[in-house]
This record gives sequence, structure tokens and C-alpha cells, in this order.
Amino acid sequence: MRVVRPKAGLLLALALPALALLAPLPARAAPAPAERTLADIKARGHLVCGVSPGVAGFSVPDGQGRWTGLDVDFCRALAAAIFDNPEAVRFIPQSSAARFTALQSGEIDVLARNTTWTLSRDTAAMNFPAITFYDGQGFLVRKALNITEVKQLDRATICLQQGTTTELNLADWFRTRGLTYRVVTFANSEQTLGAYESGRCDAYSTDQSSLYGERLKTAHPDDHVILREAISKEPFAPAVRQGDDQWRDIVAWTHYAMLDAEEAGIAQDNVERMHREALSPDVKRILGLEGTYGERLGLTADWAFRIVRHVGNYGDSFARNLGDATPLKIPRGLNAQWNQGGLQYGPPIR
Amino acid sequence: MSLETEGYVRKTLIPPAPPPRRLGGPLAWVRTNLFPDLANGLVTLAILASLAWLVPEALRFLVLDAVWTGTSGEACRPEVVGHPVGACWAFIGEKINYLAYGSYPAAERWRPNLFFALLGLGAAWMLWLDAPKRAWGAAYLFLVFPVLAYALLAGMPALGLASVATGLWGGLLVTVVVSMVGIVASLPLGILLALGRRSDWPVVRYACIGFIEFWRGVPLITVLFMANVMLPLFLPGDLTVDRLVRPLVGIALFASAYMAEVVRGGLQAIPPGQMRAALALGLTPLQATRAVVLPQALKIVVPGIVNTLIGLFKDTTLVSIVGIADFIRVLEAARADPRWSAPAVPVTAYAFAALFYFAVCFSMARYAGFIERRLAAGDAR
Repeated sequence: MRVVRPKAGLLLALALPALALLAPLPARAAPAPAERTLADIKARGHLVCGVSPGVAGFSVPDGQGRWTGLDVDFCRALAAAIFDNPEAVRFIPQSSAARFTALQSGEIDVLARNTTWTLSRDTAAMNFPAITFYDGQGFLVRKALNITEVKQLDRATICLQQGTTTELNLADWFRTRGLTYRVVTFANSEQTLGAYESGRCDAYSTDQSSLYGERLKTAHPDDHVILREAISKEPFAPAVRQGDDQWRDIVAWTHYAMLDAEEAGIAQDNVERMHREALSPDVKRILGLEGTYGERLGLTADWAFRIVRHVGNYGDSFARNLGDATPLKIPRGLNAQWNQGGLQYGPPIR
Repeated sequence: MSLETEGYVRKTLIPPAPPPRRLGGPLAWVRTNLFPDLANGLVTLAILASLAWLVPEALRFLVLDAVWTGTSGEACRPEVVGHPVGACWAFIGEKINYLAYGSYPAAERWRPNLFFALLGLGAAWMLWLDAPKRAWGAAYLFLVFPVLAYALLAGMPALGLASVATGLWGGLLVTVVVSMVGIVASLPLGILLALGRRSDWPVVRYACIGFIEFWRGVPLITVLFMANVMLPLFLPGDLTVDRLVRPLVGIALFASAYMAEVVRGGLQAIPPGQMRAALALGLTPLQATRAVVLPQALKIVVPGIVNTLIGLFKDTTLVSIVGIADFIRVLEAARADPRWSAPAVPVTAYAFAALFYFAVCFSMARYAGFIERRLAAGDAR
């Protein structure tokens, strides 16, 4: 006689779901063939762009839920180049934890989310085609302190947000110069700013691009100043999946086209006239009146013309989202054209 | 004899005690309810003092010093207004569409509005106990409404409703959708799991125990991270599950495990004699469970169910961590707007969120209290 042990039911109950998990798994799809991102986007009819869920100047929803900002403009420029329509793009706000998975799993085509380009990220099956914004860790201090350089912060108390690389950068910078400082960390930016305002710290340190937004939240923004000097390199770059060189080229050259257009004096408000008159060969090549540069990218000849007409050149986008026309008033600084003392350098379209 | 009783037999009348100073009226009420003795009196005074400090502050912040109109954060700065600034309601006013619908296309906003109206209709039909044909109301809310809501919100090109990607949904809309799915799915699933856990069939019993213990054993935030961050990496490349659906399923399963344990508590409170008596009357086990055991068990656990539902409603804000634009997430995004940067704005945003969550949770609790009193009417007889 077979004895049914009481454990049998339990074993069975555990085994059944395990089997059920194994059975319906379809054979894993073959790895995505290279160079299919553009084809997928065209078939879908819109670009899917991962952005930050709310960073002043880079990606912010307006009162109607329409996204604006430098990162957002970059995605609109991509959509303009592909579809001649800056609205043919869906923005998916990405948390910092999920952003890279979203890119890897194909949920988004491009990640334009003020993400710093680092070696470890670049080698993690991602590529960062071009630097759209040069940022660096900076300091917000009271104007009354009359501080102009970071080294004057010797023996200062500095407020930081926890769990970011700012603390490590700070330690490196001060240690190499033999200066001392004291750090007070807080869980979020509200508390950090509150502590800074209440006088608990002499300076508030984070990425310079964020400090301009933080300064606006203080009771008297004009009483505070952001030091020009930066103590770290934070190059913000859009990210794409590794292995699709065509798409990588398109993302890189969308940024370069915006730079080259600015350098050649082609702006959103004069692009139609420049297109009609097109005096210099340089302008002709950028606007697609000469050569087959757009076709080489897998786009149309007028790809850069579309970008400037719908979104503008890099300077237009910068002024609209970060520059003097906005409350942020971020100076061009490192993001000026290379011939204006900055680092933004568009390789020639030829 | 008379000598022995002499000591304790009273010869004279006790003088009559003075009448209570007040028998009725507000002063008597205050005395008996607020100052019956020293300890209670001190507590009353402490509460009165804190109210005297809190109420004017709240009134000042929310109403008197609040800024109601304006087109940018400048309007909410004290030096512009000329007096200390409380809440910056102008900010909420400007962003209200975004807070309600997220990035849902402006031309299609009648669809979420209709969704809210249909939901209100279904909820009122179910919750108003004297409403006509409540069985139809339940069928509408649990069967017809989900299909209608899906067609309305996600779109159905066959009906001429353009499809709207869930990535565009946001704000109040997402919070309501996530909580509704959690509530509507967890109640029936939880009841089934609770019955299954008490089943005589080992396979069913152990499967239910395994399910419940698994989902209760992991934190909700882990479930959400698995759903939104890990799952896409395990799925084959050409198979994608919508990014709103993934956490929805996770929350529904998570909530149903908790609901199952609440319902099981009620089932265990019913004496076995009830079931036996029902079977002796000739009811089938299914009928006996449906008509005798479950109604009594559910009545006992109304506080527990509502407790779980309120917890679930508040837990839905966790989806904001995995990038779903729920009410809290859109509030955070809205206040990142540099045009609306002012010290008063973050405080206003959180005050608004607190008022919203308090209003919803408090009404749920009040409604549950009403149901309990109504169901307890039978016991009082």
C-alpha cells in the first residue's frame, strides 16, 4: 500500500507553479539585428524618448503637460529630423533607477535625461554619442561673503544631498589641495537648501545646472551667487543602445547640426531666408541644398533644415530653456561655441 | 435588643443635599464632558491650547495669507505681495490640468472626465445602500465599467477613439486608475484566496498559502522594481508589457494577498455550526458559503477591509518611484518649473497633496463607519 505523506501536497503545490513558469516561455528572440532602431521608429510613427521627470531647464512639463527643456528640445530635434514633425515624439519620464533598463529593454529609443557620460556607463552596452551640456559640480554661496574662488571655502561648512557623487568629488578636491572643510548631508534637495538658507552651512554644493534652479527657490535669489569654478566634470550626453551605429550617428549629428547651424548663423528666425538665399557653401551643405549628407545618415537631404526650422539651433534652445530669457539665467560658459571660449564644437558637415 | 440596635439606627433625617448646580444647558455639558475631573480637565486645556495655536496658523497659511492669482512664482514672493505669504494657490491653479490628467492630450480630456463621471456613477450606485437595482450596479462596476474605462482611456480606434499611450497618462487620473484596479481586483481575488486557504484539497490549500505568503513576504517597493525594472530584461525582446500594466498587476496581486488574510480572519470567526446547519438544511457547500458564511464573515471584517483599502490607496504613491506619473510624481515635476520657483511653492504642493489624500482617506473611513453602524443595526435588536 502506498502511503501518502502529508508533504506530498505541499511539494505538488510548489512544483506546479514552477513547471508553469518554465513551460510557456517562448524561445528567446534572436538579438536585435543591428541598425533597426530608425526603421522601428519610422514604422511606429513616433520617437520614444526617456527624459527626467522634472529638472528645471532640461525637462519640465508646463501647465498643460507639454514637456519643455534642453533635453526635451533635443528629442524634438530628432523627431523633426526623422518625421519633419517635432511633435512626433513621446516623452517617458524615467526615474534614475530605471533609466538604463528602459533603454536596454527597448522601451525608449534614446535617453536624454541629464545623464553624465562615464566610462563604466559607456562600457555597459550603451553609447553616448555627443555631449549636449557640459556641467560640473559647483557652489552656491551668499553674496555677502565676497567669495569668488572655491579655495576660499577653506574651513567652510558645506551642505550636500546624501548618496550622490558630490561628496566624493568634494573630498578629492579639498584633499589634493590640503584644505579642510566640514560636510553636512541631507536626504533631499529641499532640506539641503533649507539648511543652507538657515545659515547652517556656508555653501551648498551640487551640479551647477541644478544650483541655478535651487537659487530661485530661496527667499532672496539675488543675495546668492554661484561660483564660476567647477570641481568636477559632468558631461551630460544622450544615451543609445550599443550596436546600432546608424542610430548612434543620427543622435550625434542631430546635436552637431544644431551646433553647426549656430556657428554658421542659421537660427530658427532666419532659417527660411537662409534656405532661399543660401549664400555660402557651408550653409548649403548644412541645409541640404548641396550633397547627400542627410541620405548618408538614413534621413532626408533637408534633415538639418527641419531641425532648425522646428526646434532651432543649439543657441536658440539654450536661450529658450536655460539662458537669459528664462528665470534660470545660466551663462553659456563651457557650453559656448568653441570659437567663443566654450567647448561645444560641431564637426563639419561635409 | 434595643440596646444592640441603638448604635446604628439613625434617629434624624440627613439634611437634603443641594440640587446639582446645573442639570442641563451648555455649561453642564462642558462640565460633564470636558472637565469631569482634574486629569480630564488638564487634557482639555492642553488640546484647547494646541488648537488655539494651530487653527489660526492653518487659517493664515491656507486662506488669509494665501496668494490666489498670479502668472509666475514672483507673485508668491513676500516682497512682491507685501506681506508674509502662505500657500501659493496660483501655482496649483496654473498646473491643475497637468495635476489632473498628466500629459493626456488636451483635445481628448473629455475622455478622462467621462471616465471620472462613469466611475462616480458606479461608485454611488454601489455605495448608496438604498439605490434601486444594486445587483445591476455591482455588475456595472465590476464587469461593464472596466471595459468601458479601458476603451475610453486607452482608446479604441474601431470606435473612433484615438489610442492614447499610457505613458501620457498622469496625475489624479493615474492615481485613481491604480487604486481602482487594486481595489476592484483585490476584493474578489482576496475572498477566493481566503476560501482556498481553508479548502480541504491540499493542492488548492497549499497553492493559496504559497501565493499569500509569497506576496506578503516581499515589500511592495520590491514588487514594483521587479515589475518595472527587472521584468523587461527577462522578457524576449519583441514582447513588451505596457509599463503601467506591469505595476498594476503587481499591486493587484500584492493587495489581494493582504485582503485574503483579512477575509480569512472573518471566516474563522464564524462558528463551524453555521456551516453544518446550512448543510443540514440541504444547501450545497457553495450555496452555504455564499449565503450563510460569507455574508457574516465579511460583515465582521468591514473595518479590516477598509483599513487595507486605505493603506492600498496611499501605497499607490510608491509607483512614482518606478517612473509612473502618479499624483505625487506630477506634483514633483510641476514644481520643478523654474517659472514657479518660490519658497512658498514646494510647501503649497505638499499641503495640496496632504489635503487631497486626507479628503479621500477620511471619506473612505467615514463611509465604512456608516456601513458598520448600518450592519450592526441587526445586532442591536
